[in-house]
Amino acid sequence: MRVKNILITFFSALAILFSTSVVSLAKVVGDKIVLGAAISLTGKYSSNGVHTQNGYNMAVDRINSMGGIKVGGKTYKFDIIYYDDESNPKRAAQLAERLISQDGVEFMLGPYSSGLTKAIAPVTEKYGVPMVEANGASRSLFTKGYKYLFAVLAPANLYLDVAIETAVELNGGKGVKIAQAFEQDAFSQDVRLGILDAAERTGSEIVIDDKLPKELNDMAATLAKVKAVKPDVLVVSGHTKGALTAIRQIAEMKVDVPMLAMTHCDAAKLSKQHGKNAQYALCASQWHKTLTYKDDFFKDGMTYAADFEKEFGYDPPYQSAESSAALLVFKDAFERANSFDQKKVRDALADTNMQTFYGNIKFAPGGQNVDKPMVLFQVMCDDSGKCENKVVAPLKWASAELIHPIPKWSER
Amino acid sequence: MDFLVFQVPMLTIQALLDGLLLGILFALIAYGMALQWGVMNIINIAQGDLVILGGYIAYFMYLYGIHPGWGVIVSPIIMYFVGIGIYKLVINKVVDRDLFISILATFGISILFMQLMNFAFGADVVLANSGYGTTMLFDNSVTLPNSKIFSAVVSIVFAVGLVIYMKRSKLGRAIRATAQNARAAKILGVDTEKVYAATFGINAALCGVAGALISITFTIHPYMGLPYTIRSFMIVIVAGLGNLPGVALSGMGLGIFEEFADYILGTEFRIGSVFLLLVLILVYRRFKLSRKREYLK
Repeated sequence: MRVKNILITFFSALAILFSTSVVSLAKVVGDKIVLGAAISLTGKYSSNGVHTQNGYNMAVDRINSMGGIKVGGKTYKFDIIYYDDESNPKRAAQLAERLISQDGVEFMLGPYSSGLTKAIAPVTEKYGVPMVEANGASRSLFTKGYKYLFAVLAPANLYLDVAIETAVELNGGKGVKIAQAFEQDAFSQDVRLGILDAAERTGSEIVIDDKLPKELNDMAATLAKVKAVKPDVLVVSGHTKGALTAIRQIAEMKVDVPMLAMTHCDAAKLSKQHGKNAQYALCASQWHKTLTYKDDFFKDGMTYAADFEKEFGYDPPYQSAESSAALLVFKDAFERANSFDQKKVRDALADTNMQTFYGNIKFAPGGQNVDKPMVLFQVMCDDSGKCENKVVAPLKWASAELIHPIPKWSER
Repeated sequence: MDFLVFQVPMLTIQALLDGLLLGILFALIAYGMALQWGVMNIINIAQGDLVILGGYIAYFMYLYGIHPGWGVIVSPIIMYFVGIGIYKLVINKVVDRDLFISILATFGISILFMQLMNFAFGADVVLANSGYGTTMLFDNSVTLPNSKIFSAVVSIVFAVGLVIYMKRSKLGRAIRATAQNARAAKILGVDTEKVYAATFGINAALCGVAGALISITFTIHPYMGLPYTIRSFMIVIVAGLGNLPGVALSGMGLGIFEEFADYILGTEFRIGSVFLLLVLILVYRRFKLSRKREYLK
């Protein structure tokens, strides 16, 4: 018992010592603005967590090397403290606490995924720490009245909106029959809500509405129903697993449907690894490198993609691009606020109205970015079997014409 | 509730065939579980994780340009040694203890495997493309992916092969003797330690085959093992230990049950319905047993 008490005293003393010595590292040290981020470097989100971190690092290096951030006539550089949240919401919330109260971080970058952002937001809100996040799209993040949360990406309910609208337009403005299958998680269910809204708005009818449990890797029943009911559009959203399962089984079961709309196609590497099976699938994306938005740091999407590839050895997924954009937003806000006062920076963030290589950024009162539409790309293959993602909607950004309806399997 | 599946006859046929092919694969995993449960009296919670590990072996062959179909040969060979390794490290220390200890131990192995696979192979969902094509029936209205047919055929070949091996070979006889009465077998000169290791290895090898088939037919992911453990547990419970035709039948029954539950109750209840069925069967068994006991009194 005594040993235990001594140990407890020893460790608490150590903890106090540690925390006080770290507080001096707070927010702005010398010429450094220190941002904090809990990122999933291990666990089930680790691949996208790494994309997020690479995006952050890329922007930090770029901004620092191009003159840094000018506040009050002095030049500062960005620095980020990372912790691994192990893809676990509880851990993420603890780490946010730790970043703020122990490391003294006064400005935060978001984690990967809606679930983890949801876990962290109450903490940053409690301490009044402005957080710019790039990977939490769930609608519920923006309806809670958070004042210090800003998301550079479009909310989840807008992901596949465009697909339904395009289908209705191609149907001469008449409603269409929609079959949908969504995983039961916060994000996919938000995408589903978006489809329900779009269906109501356009007078479309939902003929199949399946929910996929997270352990599921077989969609044969849903797809057999689709074959029997013959909808105009099939919508699937269930992260990488949903996309892969759907693509494999649609090809194997030869399911003919005029339009197939999905999320997470690039995370699932559909066009690269599943080529012809994925052909004609429509995919919602926050960003695509061929979009022609511009900024001073990364120039445009193509340049960003080339630089990113040079540094990290792979084509940047949109998760990286939006993460880079978060830092551009922070830089802009610091300079406009011309101060490190959290309240002032928060107000400057709320007034953001800028263009980045990733898209226009302007925040609604809820914190979501309302100035950047989702894009839809279609997987298109040439005769040699090489497949690529080409933007087909909205028309303003399209680099190829939408192929509709999808040719039947018997004619391919 | 949705009874579309009965209104469209083609859907009924599709569901039956899908369920049947799926069930044969389940039966193979359950067969392994029944074997080592019967011989060693161990319920292996890590069964599903061994399956997934086997799947990754086939997936990596596919990544390196080898057709994943060969996975059904390579994966069991590797998994046999993985099984022996697990036996030597952990299982031999719990084999004579009570069931609870072995459940805890294999539960630990299961968690360890999940995390290790996540660490080594990443958190992405993966699959291996076999390019086997599709068989169309009834004027294209019923489709059977050849990969599913392949996996059912391979499962049957392995199961039948093992049955013959158990009947004819020396090791097979030793395994059966140990299952009947380990002490007696030991007295009569059977090296039970070796039999246990081989049994666990054979079980792991069967999981390897099943895993390779799943990576060809469905998708694999480090955390996807548990549903396979639950399914095989349930099949073994229904069939009883040492009842091989029973395992095959209840495996197919479970496959068909799942498929119809998916159509009727909705996809979200597919796995849930398996759990529910398991509870119902356990309650029914208990009820039957207690009646028997009263009768004996």
